[in-house]
Amino acid sequence: MIEVENLTVRYGGVTSLDGMNLVFEKGTCGLIGPNGAGKTTFFNVLSGFVRPASGTVRAFGTDLLAMPHYRRARWGVRRTFQTEQAIEELSVYDNVAMMASSLRAGARRADVLAAIEFTGIAASPLTRVGTLGAGQRRLVEVARAVAGKPRLILLDEPAAGLPDEETEHLASVIKSIPEQTGALTILVDHDMSLVSAVCQTTAVLDFGKLIASGPTAAVLRDEHVMRAYLGTAEVL
Amino acid sequence: MTGVGTKNSAAATVAGQRAALLRRPQRPVHLSVVVVFVLFALFVLPPLMSAYYTGYMTLVAIYSIVTLGLGLLVGRVGLYSLGQGAVLQIGAWTAARLLYATGQPFPLVIVEAGLVTMLIGTLIGLPAIRLRGLYLALITLMLAGSITVVLATVNFPNGGGGFTGYNGSLMHIPPIRRPSIAGTDAAYYRYAVVVALLMFILVYLHLRTRPGRSWAAIRQSEPAALAAGISTTFYKLWAWALAAFITGVAGGLLAGDAHYLYSVNFSTQDSIILLAVALMGGVYNLWGAVIAALLMQLLPGVLQNLGVSNAWLYILFGIGVLQVLTTAPAGIADQFPKDMKKLGLLLWRLVRRPSASGASGAPAASGTPATPGAASSSAAPGASGAPSTPGAPGASRGGTT
Repeated sequence: MIEVENLTVRYGGVTSLDGMNLVFEKGTCGLIGPNGAGKTTFFNVLSGFVRPASGTVRAFGTDLLAMPHYRRARWGVRRTFQTEQAIEELSVYDNVAMMASSLRAGARRADVLAAIEFTGIAASPLTRVGTLGAGQRRLVEVARAVAGKPRLILLDEPAAGLPDEETEHLASVIKSIPEQTGALTILVDHDMSLVSAVCQTTAVLDFGKLIASGPTAAVLRDEHVMRAYLGTAEVL
Repeated sequence: MTGVGTKNSAAATVAGQRAALLRRPQRPVHLSVVVVFVLFALFVLPPLMSAYYTGYMTLVAIYSIVTLGLGLLVGRVGLYSLGQGAVLQIGAWTAARLLYATGQPFPLVIVEAGLVTMLIGTLIGLPAIRLRGLYLALITLMLAGSITVVLATVNFPNGGGGFTGYNGSLMHIPPIRRPSIAGTDAAYYRYAVVVALLMFILVYLHLRTRPGRSWAAIRQSEPAALAAGISTTFYKLWAWALAAFITGVAGGLLAGDAHYLYSVNFSTQDSIILLAVALMGGVYNLWGAVIAALLMQLLPGVLQNLGVSNAWLYILFGIGVLQVLTTAPAGIADQFPKDMKKLGLLLWRLVRRPSASGASGAPAASGTPATPGAASSSAAPGASGAPSTPGAPGASRGGTT
């Protein structure tokens, strides 16, 4: 459960998020919108890279914004990046094990291996990530996100640049994240087929404001959403 | 089927993978190479070396610790320090004073010197690591300069009584003592090799565990490190402190090796040379530190022995750094095995060709033009194989006409 109230972020004169209000209950939720709508900025606020001008974010009853950014990972915030950030010189195992976790040695190792197995990476945990392809690297990032005890997982365009069959596999992994970890997962993507396949609820951002939210299928048919994406309201 | 299947089979797989990870039979070949190398340095080399080269090789062992620390900072974390020479001075000075002033055993003193250096290094690092790249390099260079000046003005220790004592007469100065088991030069060389080995193991253990993971993450992507809950400031400072510690230990060894320390023997320029040789040796590989130390400390000895001016060394280092920056970013430690592989391949082709053309009968006219073409093209990058290459283009020309 995450409640966002009146969240505003400004970069100099640019207002990236403009009084955003949003509630996600549970499961996998989609967040879509045209380029520059503020989706990544929203993620950056949640993971602590950006300090908002005003507003509150409560996640599972905790005031997230009051927490310093390096504590948030231990609390359970996970994120992947638009440009994949698997660490090339480390092994798959080490890439996942770098995630902060409150588990101790043996349990921790088992947890890391379970996370790797959950994502179905087709490589030994000892393989150097630098030798893996784009799809496998994305899975390494997802494995890192489900390791430890995640509560809030933020996936920023995880399927960008992947071929269809790899996107399909990724979709099935993302779909089972809530069941596997119990975490609330927020997915940002431009691939509508991925969003509608994975997310029960979806919210739409445009120019830093929430313009629609609700069950995915209904939201994607919403006239405001069509207008925001296609920009052809006057023609009709 | 992406999720965990039946609980039991999943648990079994996890247990199996876990066992495999615990054993970690990752690089048995590398380990044996290391063992052979260390045994060679400890037992084969000392009887073969003259007193002249024993002195230089002791310095190599000591400076390999310094370049190890610098390689850690530059290669693993991305912190460019031009002040490691000064850090070494702090360690040497502290150890020398402790050895004059107290009767503590030598190993304890060099560890204490390391800890004091670590403390001072960390205090310096606290503000410095907020800077990056060129600015950090400049600040540390200025620091190196100022420490050199300070130590020269307060009169570098020369054996007065007590911790701050100074003997101005320059007569009857007792030498800095050495460990009782390593009084002779050959024994002290072995002692230095063992201490260096321990420092390499210390760094290796760091690289294989959480700090190493965190450093790798910080170097490639600070956002990813932050998102994983890694405190980037803390781990940068840790790297800084570890490098200062081992450099301080090296300073302690240097004090024992030198018998007498004079401030004129430490110049700010050394700090720059250290970075140059560390880059040439290779900062992404622990072997690079050994190669860097050989370049910095053995090469001058060899040149002097041959009657060549030391000035050539600076020219050589300049060319070497240019080479690293333009074509071989991972240094000699990475480039040398590759070149040897190329050379080996080339030699193997040369050996094989005569028999192949002999089988075809005619003077290579019917030989496939692809083979000589490939051989001559691979000869071009393998410039290090100069003595053997003339055969290759010649043969390929013979093949095409």
